[in-house]
Amino acid sequence: MFKLFDMLKGLGEQLHLKPQHSFTGGVHPQEMKKTAGLPSMTCPLPKQIILPMKQHIGDACEPMVKVGDYVLRGQQIAKSQGYLSVPVHASTSGTVTKIEDHVIAHPSGLGLPCIFIEPDGKDEADESLYPLPNYRSIDPVELRERVRSAGLAGLGGAAFPTFIKLVLDQQYKIETVVLNGIECEPWLTNDHQLMLEKAHEIVTGMDILMHMVDSNQGIIAIEDNKMDTVDVMQRTLVDMGLDASIRIEVLPTKYPQGGEKQLIQVLTGKEVPAGRLPIHIGILSQNVGTTKAIYDAVCLGEALTERMITVSGDALPQPTNMRVRLGTPVAWLLEQCGLSDADGIKVLHGGPMMGDILTDMRIPVVKASNGILAMRVVTLMLAHHQEDPCIRCGDCGDVCPAGLMPNLLAMHCKEEQFEKAEDYNLFDCIECGACSYVCPSHIPLVHYFRFGKGQVAQIRREKSFAEESRQRSEIRDARIAQELA
Amino acid sequence: MHVFYAILIFAGLALLIGVVLALASRYFHVEGDPLSDNIDALLPQTQCGQCGYPGCRPYANAVASQEAEVNQCVPGGERTMLEIADIMGVEPKDIEEEESVPVVAYIREDECIGCTLCIKACPVDCIIGAPKQYHTIIADQCTGCTLCLEPCPVDCIEMVEVPELLEHWSWPVPGTLRAQVAEKRRAVHHEANHEEENV
Repeated sequence: MFKLFDMLKGLGEQLHLKPQHSFTGGVHPQEMKKTAGLPSMTCPLPKQIILPMKQHIGDACEPMVKVGDYVLRGQQIAKSQGYLSVPVHASTSGTVTKIEDHVIAHPSGLGLPCIFIEPDGKDEADESLYPLPNYRSIDPVELRERVRSAGLAGLGGAAFPTFIKLVLDQQYKIETVVLNGIECEPWLTNDHQLMLEKAHEIVTGMDILMHMVDSNQGIIAIEDNKMDTVDVMQRTLVDMGLDASIRIEVLPTKYPQGGEKQLIQVLTGKEVPAGRLPIHIGILSQNVGTTKAIYDAVCLGEALTERMITVSGDALPQPTNMRVRLGTPVAWLLEQCGLSDADGIKVLHGGPMMGDILTDMRIPVVKASNGILAMRVVTLMLAHHQEDPCIRCGDCGDVCPAGLMPNLLAMHCKEEQFEKAEDYNLFDCIECGACSYVCPSHIPLVHYFRFGKGQVAQIRREKSFAEESRQRSEIRDARIAQELA
Repeated sequence: MHVFYAILIFAGLALLIGVVLALASRYFHVEGDPLSDNIDALLPQTQCGQCGYPGCRPYANAVASQEAEVNQCVPGGERTMLEIADIMGVEPKDIEEEESVPVVAYIREDECIGCTLCIKACPVDCIIGAPKQYHTIIADQCTGCTLCLEPCPVDCIEMVEVPELLEHWSWPVPGTLRAQVAEKRRAVHHEANHEEENV
């Protein structure tokens, strides 16, 4: 009898009938994936390429070229400073026209040093990175260095330097490599399209990752609103003979399933502990775009100079997925899709749930740009300028994928009681926006959390500066006392 | 007789406890004044002297011994005042908080005569230079106390605003409360009407 149950359970697992685990909360926003299935196009080269010196989480880079220098596509033009940093490469061949501050995709609207390149149209490639097609026979340390020097940062939107995730230390043994093909943000379809068009490259990239961390278990996670990619990926796995070690998991669509910690919870039932990383529970997860970029970097010897971007939105006449050179101004991108008049339109960088409103159309796309959405102001509900008092409905707590209490957190942030907010685990918030989405009082909850996190960081900086000042002052007092004696 | 016993017992107890306390105070002796240490840890350590004491540590000592009020630290602002009041167990007091932007001192080097007076004045040793050499300020370490301005005989030091860094930018508080929205709309309304009058 029990054996029968086990058999039935096993059968269910094989057929992917129902995932065994899920994460708490989550929402189901309208999908709006208009661009799904449309073949991607290549964005023509713009008249000017603007490459910010910081396109990743971490420390900014230092320019290596001078004004007037001729650079090639894929040539390193800025070197990383500090450990948490990856270099920047020219995204086409041309002349460096200036190096100065320029506004970038950042909610502050502040600028950063950028290298301006005037493309010469020849698009000549730099060949200093040689291809490593038989990666299985290459030392993982060398491959990791390749991933770093090719400038790879997470293309899912967070832009965390990829090489740092590839921990080769035996202390943290990675058992499972997860390919994150969830793409739970509404509107965005760039990962979807990439999986349809570049399945072979993506699976090879995954094989490279599994070789590097010496793992023989891979999971490709796809939501059930992209069943066409499941077929393509499955066929590719079989063709490449990798279907024994890599399996596909089809998950019911729910936002924010693509969040790294949420996805790991769904796939394994294990939660990533607060303040720790997936590596600590033996999991490496990579986005589809990043994995394809790993293939490019290793097998083709190409640095990260291009990425797939969903250019969409309800104000855009011809939404599409485009392969865009990094540093292309957003205005150029929108022009290619037939948008000329920007009245009553706001442009989002990223998806509608987590993206930021761009302040300037001259902002260039960077490694983190997964979507550029031209939205009518009406759609963005900017009309809701004001928040109403919290009615304690508790909806925000129900949908929070991190299991937090957003209403209490927001209250503490608003009242500037940051210690209490930290007690309520402010820093476990992934800023997915599910709470703001369901709030019937239109309270910008995530905005409060960002405010709170920023203030906490500010207070910490001030405290550490005060501590340094105190030490210097004490040393000075001691010196003066010594001189007097 | 009973009274005699009682006195004996309590005298004995007093002696015993006295010895224990004496030993404890010797073996568990704490260097310095923990209260003043705690207050010092809350202060911004600008060493600016605006509180009327020659630095943060003397002010902390004065507050700990109840000579100074809790609201004398100007750069610390309201937050520091509330924290000190909390430690001291006293009622918070009003504080004159000015809207201030972070500043650091800057020496216009071509005007500097190399007199070293500012170097001696700097409470955190962040001015470098030598006699008859240009001096300069280590901007990362300057607390913005302005104590170097006054001793300079040629007035070649000025306070400059610290440029806002992208890395240090943080989200402002959402301006979406009803009152704030109303205030903004009122300002716009006022401006529009004002323009009409001018026209």
